[in-house]
Amino acid sequence: MRTLADVRPGESVTVLRLQGQGPVKRRIMDMGITKGTFITVRKLAPLGDPLEINLRNYELSLRKEDAKMIEVE
Amino acid sequence: MSVKIALAGNPNSGKTTIFNALTGSSQHVGNWPGVTVEKKDGRLKGKPDVVIQDLPGIYSLSPYTLEEVVTRNYLVAEKPDTIINIVDASNLERNLYLTMQLLELGIPVVIALNMMDIVRKRGDKINVSKLQDQLRCPVVETSAVGGDGLQQLINQACELAQLGKASQPQIVFSQRLEKTLAQVGDLLETAGVLKRPELKRWLAVKLFERDEKLLAELHLSDTVRQRLEKMTAECEAELDDDSESIITNERYEYISRLLQQAAKKTLPTGQLSLSDKIDKVVTNRLLALPIFAAVMFVIYYVSITTVGGLLTDWANDGVFGDGWHLFGIGSGAYEAAAEIDPDADPAEFGVWVPGIPVVLENLLAAVNCADWLQSLVLDGIVAGVGAVLGFLPQMMVLFIFLAILEDCGYMARVAFIMDRIFRRFGLSGKSFIPMLVATGCGVPGVMATRTIEKEADRKIAIVTTTFMPCGAKLPIIALIAGALFAESGWVAPICYFIGIAAIIVSGIILKKMRFFAGEPAPFVMELPSYHLPQVKSVLLTMWDRSQSFVKKAGTIILLSTIVIWALGSYNFSMQPTETQDSMLADIGRTVAPVFAPLGWGDQWEAAVGTVTGLIAKENVVSTFGSLYVGLDEVSEDGNEFWAVVAAKYTPLAAFSFMLFNLLCAPCFAAIGAIRREMGSLRWTAFAVGYQCALAYASAMVFYQIGILLNGGTFGLLSAFSLALLAVFLWLLLRPEPKASQNKIQTVFES
Repeated sequence: MRTLADVRPGESVTVLRLQGQGPVKRRIMDMGITKGTFITVRKLAPLGDPLEINLRNYELSLRKEDAKMIEVE
Repeated sequence: MSVKIALAGNPNSGKTTIFNALTGSSQHVGNWPGVTVEKKDGRLKGKPDVVIQDLPGIYSLSPYTLEEVVTRNYLVAEKPDTIINIVDASNLERNLYLTMQLLELGIPVVIALNMMDIVRKRGDKINVSKLQDQLRCPVVETSAVGGDGLQQLINQACELAQLGKASQPQIVFSQRLEKTLAQVGDLLETAGVLKRPELKRWLAVKLFERDEKLLAELHLSDTVRQRLEKMTAECEAELDDDSESIITNERYEYISRLLQQAAKKTLPTGQLSLSDKIDKVVTNRLLALPIFAAVMFVIYYVSITTVGGLLTDWANDGVFGDGWHLFGIGSGAYEAAAEIDPDADPAEFGVWVPGIPVVLENLLAAVNCADWLQSLVLDGIVAGVGAVLGFLPQMMVLFIFLAILEDCGYMARVAFIMDRIFRRFGLSGKSFIPMLVATGCGVPGVMATRTIEKEADRKIAIVTTTFMPCGAKLPIIALIAGALFAESGWVAPICYFIGIAAIIVSGIILKKMRFFAGEPAPFVMELPSYHLPQVKSVLLTMWDRSQSFVKKAGTIILLSTIVIWALGSYNFSMQPTETQDSMLADIGRTVAPVFAPLGWGDQWEAAVGTVTGLIAKENVVSTFGSLYVGLDEVSEDGNEFWAVVAAKYTPLAAFSFMLFNLLCAPCFAAIGAIRREMGSLRWTAFAVGYQCALAYASAMVFYQIGILLNGGTFGLLSAFSLALLAVFLWLLLRPEPKASQNKIQTVFES
């Protein structure tokens, strides 16, 4: 199973499904990461974490730990 | 008829600019009750019966963040006449997600399609009438920067308020989901919990999502709860997902369908905009940290050392001191002359403007004012007002910088770059800025916590920021280092290290306490596009913050300064007297034994110094000077009486005294700033209580263990100190407790 945390900068993926529950998951969904969303990983922060992604035409940053909740194709 | 309009929208949607343009200078800034979330309202320019309430910038109406709950509560309980929903047209997809939720609340909504200038510049097209038809609410194109469309926007909002009818939202969800939502709505109706019919759809959606806050408030009977759960579970099983995900997915799907019809893009996705190009450099893996360091250096250098420092010196020593040379002309020549002849007249060297105390003193003397009144006015009131206003210029310079950083989009990048380091201590990446600023002065340091958006992180930062040794604590350090440690160079660096350690340790300890751990902290943060900061909005933000410091912090600072002045100038028979015979000295003699475990309980002068230090930390040195050797004026580091202090204190006791004064309650100005930022007296008391407790505990543990290591006998206090150290380590190392639930109060009583 591949998650968003495994995606290399510059690569684009589609969201398959979100794991987990609770506030973090809700926040991730509220920000537009839902089933079928097309995501491009832009880069990693200078210290390796968090990561910056592009989706729905805007830039979002999230920690690798939370990115592991997002299963991708 | 008065009209209540609420402004709602995503962060970075230009909401503040629109709010400023609509209300002008009639704004009122405060906090939402009991929380540190800023609350702003104002009256419409030229129409004072229209009240505009600015709501926190949010992405959704979920029950999980404080800003969202505050907004929900306001919209449901206060029921504004109209909502103006500000939407960033250059980022429509995510912005409309909040719109979909606002449309469910049964309140008329007008959409302000903001930043249309950017959309046009990109060559994109948005079909406004199509949006209007589909969303069934008026849509007005605006560009907050130029002020386009604002008149039309406000006319629409007032018109809708007069009609008082909410639009019927379009069927958004799939047939299967709509069926369940209808069932839930009917269930609520028959159960009699639906006191306001216009909230039917909103409640149905929220209960389907199993919204904890609403479930707790509605007090549904067990049968209703079970039926609700059954309906939800059935729908979840059929659609093969959990209810929250179903709602979110279908909302975004609806928006995508809508935008396929109503918006057209020319720029293919993947192509870099100017903002992307800037970001490539600014958050580059190699360049990000050096650029960050450079930005921080410039801010610190300008706002604390040069411009800000000069202005503060001018305010403290000039306006609220002896006086100043106009435009600084002649100051240098005067200082050179004063070196040789201390009685040189500054007026001979340039245009000399006397300070307020000097003017008042002459005035009071001229009208033969009673001595006590003169002293009250000069040493009590003017000193108090000076303490409030003296910090203001420096703070205004800093606020301008912070507003620019926030406005242009760099602040979000600061969090992005620093997150990795700070989250290990339970702090936010933005906690770095208050810490840095506080090495200059704790007051702007505390005010700088405003940029941290998470409530819990912000509170921790407010409590811990003043542990950093500020400029006014340096004289204390110099005194102790000079008197007892032969001016050793390691004392000052150790003090900074202690400050940083106290912040980190407190961060870890506090984060594990229930009320701070309450909300988990997902770091899922938008990185907004860069844009040029607007002069007007930067200045307005600066002005708001400065004003609210003076108003909210001013009273507390002024009052406490006057009280300490009175205690230090009178004895218990209310006769004016010297400090050593005053009430303050008597109080000092009484409470001094409290500090015995810290090693300086036999020195009542130290207790008095600690209290006068609350007015300004450098007062500790002058109080020592007057109490130990009877000097009226002492130099910054008090080198005139180093020998006296050295004879009275052991090095251990002196270091313990310094340690206590570094960490204990800051000066009244900083306490006032804490009060302003916390927005509650209880939290202010908690902050000051925690600081004093930590100061007392660390000084005691340090002193007692120091005694033991120097061959002292093991006594009750040593045992107690070791136990305290153990408790401390436990607090530090224990595992994180489970987050407490539902600590945010809600008001859905309708």
